[in-house]
Amino acid sequence: MTHRNHLRGGALLAAAALTLSACSAQAGGGQAADGAIAGEITVITQRTDIVDTVFQDYKADFEAEYPDVTVNFEAITDYEGEIAVRMNTDDYGDVLLIPNSVKPDQFATFFEPLGSVEEMSQEYRLVEEKAYDGQVYGLSITVNTQGLVYNKKVWAEAGITDLPTTPEEFLDDLRAIRDTTDAIPYYTNYADGWPLSQWDGNRGVMGDPAYQNTHVAYSDTPWAEDEWHGISDGLLYDIVAEGLSEEDPTTTNWEESKTLLGTGQVATMLLGSWAITQMQQAAEDAGGSADDIGYMPFPYQVDGTFHAQIAGDYKNAINVHSEHKAAARAWIDWFAKESGYAYDEGGISPLVDGPEPETLGDFEEAGVEYVEMEPAPAGSESYEADIVAASEIDLYGNIYRQEMVDIARGAADGDKESFFADLDQRWADARASVGE
Amino acid sequence: MAVVTDAFSARAEKATGARRIGAFLSRGQASGPGRGPSRGLPITPWLFLVVPLGLLVLFTYVPVANMVWYSFTSWDGLDPVKEPVGLDNYVRIFTDPEMFKVFFVSLYYLAGAAVQMVLALYFATILSFNTRFRNFLKGMIFFPYLINGVAIGLVFLFLLRPGGTLDALLAVVGVAEPPQWIGDPSLVNVSLAATSVWRFMGLNFVLFLGAIQSIPNELYEAADIDGATSWQKFWFIIAPGIRQIIGLTTILAISGSLSVFEIPWIMTSGANGSTTFVIQTVQQAFQFGKFGLASAMAVVLLVVVLVITWIQRRIFPDEKVDLT
Repeated sequence: MTHRNHLRGGALLAAAALTLSACSAQAGGGQAADGAIAGEITVITQRTDIVDTVFQDYKADFEAEYPDVTVNFEAITDYEGEIAVRMNTDDYGDVLLIPNSVKPDQFATFFEPLGSVEEMSQEYRLVEEKAYDGQVYGLSITVNTQGLVYNKKVWAEAGITDLPTTPEEFLDDLRAIRDTTDAIPYYTNYADGWPLSQWDGNRGVMGDPAYQNTHVAYSDTPWAEDEWHGISDGLLYDIVAEGLSEEDPTTTNWEESKTLLGTGQVATMLLGSWAITQMQQAAEDAGGSADDIGYMPFPYQVDGTFHAQIAGDYKNAINVHSEHKAAARAWIDWFAKESGYAYDEGGISPLVDGPEPETLGDFEEAGVEYVEMEPAPAGSESYEADIVAASEIDLYGNIYRQEMVDIARGAADGDKESFFADLDQRWADARASVGE
Repeated sequence: MAVVTDAFSARAEKATGARRIGAFLSRGQASGPGRGPSRGLPITPWLFLVVPLGLLVLFTYVPVANMVWYSFTSWDGLDPVKEPVGLDNYVRIFTDPEMFKVFFVSLYYLAGAAVQMVLALYFATILSFNTRFRNFLKGMIFFPYLINGVAIGLVFLFLLRPGGTLDALLAVVGVAEPPQWIGDPSLVNVSLAATSVWRFMGLNFVLFLGAIQSIPNELYEAADIDGATSWQKFWFIIAPGIRQIIGLTTILAISGSLSVFEIPWIMTSGANGSTTFVIQTVQQAFQFGKFGLASAMAVVLLVVVLVITWIQRRIFPDEKVDLT
């Protein structure tokens, strides 16, 4: 679970600062001349769960190919919180994952450019996600799509045979599950927070690769009924308001939710495709079968077709202060091409012609069209993030969505209209203060 | 908070052990000679102090000075350039009602702290006399304070969730439909404050117990001879004898309730209306990348706590308690 906590705030700032100032730079073994792939590199990862197992195999394979390089790993539990503090020094490993808090115009301060967008996009997907001024700074470790994981047995038991194509149909299906089965139709995972942030990440549903360059930050009313946040947050609001979600959202538990879905006590959860393998595992551990777990696209169609966004996970980048840049570069290329990380995680390959994962068979059947979002136009890469900061509406987080769930379940004042109107108002004010 | 804790333990020591320290010092003076040359500036004590003072400056004052500097900038936590913005952050804190509203949540913890002190005083008084299972009960009451706060948060989360241990217990005594202890917005802060009381009562208890036991035994004997009741013994001997400690714990309770963080952060992350000032500070810094504003909030909290400490020193000056 730890590795998914993208947006959790680092609480132990002081402790982290002390710990980190105590670790001095790990001086490399052989001082390599520029260009030679040699030396000792430190790779920082958020996968505390597999750093001593799977990553050790990667190390062995990589070092067999590049005998002059020694790879060391450092796994960080609260990745987002700790790495930002550490990046105030020069010592933040040779290869690291670009934290979400770094704005595009800060890339060059911290990371080594990997090549031009034009050139890199021949080989790799989604390079423009962490690019600035035409230069690419990070390569995705895996690529995810977005949708809803569901327990096929429960949905079938409720007599549902077709995938819902509109939010209304989806609500009808959830009502059927509530009325005919014992399962909780939808589980919000409110308490852990970050699962709520998943509701933002599927703007591709609107079928328009340029959507966020014409809407969202370019709209004064992102919560209008026909805009993405109005549709997605609106659906979440309706689910909770109608009592189709768990009774007490404040005491949910992510690890437990996997078992609940695997055993059919919960029918549906909105999560990225990375979650499929974890849910299948949970279903098997609970005595069920991996085939019980299905993945459906977000219930919204444009011209009769489902769309789903594909987006890169964390991206490997090179510390601009690294002394072994060539070795670091070799590692991130090798990681994308040879390690098989993306495939093993059930993700889409970061390579343009990489293998399709078996986990997304459901999407193929449903004829889902993948949408790669267009990058922001040059010069306004930070625009949306600036508005998020100015409005204090954490689009990529959970704070305002938790408020929304509280309102929907009657635990806070307001209703859907007033809350969405307030969000629109704050968003518009922030747009005015940031300026275009 | 480290500053407050240090000051607090030093003062607790002073209050309970004042007599002993006094005796020690006067003995030191009595054995006067052999203090070394009296000419010039005595450098030796400063040499001994170099290391602790250096650490104090490096890890307390320099970071605080940095924080004060950040509070006048719009720094986002990463940018190498820290843009000064003057008093903007402070103006925002004092003009935005959203910012100050969260102090109302502290009232729940303040009420909890009052309950906590009364309970702690009650147990400390009872257990300072000869009671059966005295040491066992002392251990029981102090034990929660030794447990890691994260563990307590998780344990209470399982206790308070719907269908959890508490609901199961209530069902046994016939309460069929218990409320949602954390899900109900009118109860969530009560539940969290109660958790906090459970955790910190042991500390108050030990402080009170120590103070009560430093009251000389003869006073009780004299009271017994005069035929005083237990209540009179409490009111005329114990209460004035531990006045200092009561004053101190009151102040700690107030500053503690203003800066509650650990328990609500672990149990609800500030959701459902349980956000405290410190949680809001953390959210500003790490979710919205406003380190400048967050630093200003931290400075405001620091000043508030310093003011309260100053008021406490005015009300309860460091005078020697004289029971005779």
